[in-house]
Amino acid sequence: MLTEQTLHEKVTISSEDTVGVPRFSLTLSGHGLKLNRARTHTLQVNVGFLCNQTCRHCHLNAGPARKENMESGIVDQVVSYARRSRFETIDITGGAPELNPNIGRLIQEMSPLASRLMLRSNLSALNDGNRDHLFDLLKYYRVIIVASFPSLNEFQTDSQRGDGIFKISIHALKKLNAMGYGHQGSGLELNLVSNPTGAFLPPEQVEAEKRFRQVLKDKWGIVFNQLFNFANVPLGRYRRWLIKSGNLEKYMKKLSSGFNPCSVQGVMCRTMVSVSWDGFLYDCDFNLAKGLFMGGRKIHVSEMSGPPEPDSHIATADHCYTCTAGTWFT
Amino acid sequence: MKKMETYYNPEDLPKFEEIGKQVPELAKKFFEYYGAVFAQGELTEREKALIALAVAHAVQCPYCIDAYTQACLEKGSNLAEMTEAIHVVTAIRGGPSLVHGIQMRNIAEKLSM
Repeated sequence: MLTEQTLHEKVTISSEDTVGVPRFSLTLSGHGLKLNRARTHTLQVNVGFLCNQTCRHCHLNAGPARKENMESGIVDQVVSYARRSRFETIDITGGAPELNPNIGRLIQEMSPLASRLMLRSNLSALNDGNRDHLFDLLKYYRVIIVASFPSLNEFQTDSQRGDGIFKISIHALKKLNAMGYGHQGSGLELNLVSNPTGAFLPPEQVEAEKRFRQVLKDKWGIVFNQLFNFANVPLGRYRRWLIKSGNLEKYMKKLSSGFNPCSVQGVMCRTMVSVSWDGFLYDCDFNLAKGLFMGGRKIHVSEMSGPPEPDSHIATADHCYTCTAGTWFT
Repeated sequence: MKKMETYYNPEDLPKFEEIGKQVPELAKKFFEYYGAVFAQGELTEREKALIALAVAHAVQCPYCIDAYTQACLEKGSNLAEMTEAIHVVTAIRGGPSLVHGIQMRNIAEKLSM
């Protein structure tokens, strides 16, 4: 029988395989393309891998047993970096960022430094009954909430995110609505993120948003601002599930055959930089999960004088096919 | 162990377009029509994929079941909706059998005392 440890080892070995698809870098060069930075306007802060959920599509293997969590000193360095770099958007993610003891201070200190401050939430950590102060803080600083809500179907949601999460999410969304979040003109933005609940790609965004809006309103009276459909990235726990279920090769081929050269210009890594819980920089959260440092060089946030230079190199690997398949990117 | 031979092979589905090798004009017309049918119209692509999934079960085509199960999921349908669609086709397949029972009853009543 495979133990969790041996399964992890097998997957670690397999993750180096290209599983029957051309290397991403070769596909780029085959189309005469380079992936270099444009002007970097977004700072993503990953405060750690601690999470109250163990979602099966998580590219970071986040969960309750993870110890990596941004400490106070690193928070200071990240805030200081944001202050000297003048980003337009700051995007706080995890793990479940609500579980980081420094989250309140991070929000307070980041808020004046960017016109848009976002918090990615799994909804269950936010609404666990112990975070009334955080709710108040989010509202006070008009933090944009980007909430995971994969499916309108309870079975699909719970199979991806854990038993009972669908009902908890509905309850949390109702609470946010009651605070004003998601209502047009309130200035409190509530966006939903839907990831496919298996080895398939997400639906077309405009139609899916229309359907989510109608069903959430009709069934539960819930409103929101925007829905984002993101494809799952074949890393971490999701990659392990793809291997275990025999779907990895087919999924990778689906992503690589959907390579859209026009999408390369719009991928998020061209305009954002991601800082991890320990202060090191990456081109995106997926490269962070893979351990691919920004531009292939290990640089700490304390060493940076400003945003990465335009035209600088972006590190790539085969998971990058996720962001260039069709029009999906995160 | 030797691979078991079957009439149906999943690897044949991506070869569907090869059907146009000897008679390309008709295949071209068919595939153009097929593409147009499944594009967004008064019905959404999601709704059309659900209809196709139901019909795939009515005509019992394993290629279509494979293709439209994936299509339904990728258009945002869930397993409960897809299962309900198959119940619809099952009801419509079963209904005609049952309603012909009236014909049976009419004949039987005419023949019976």
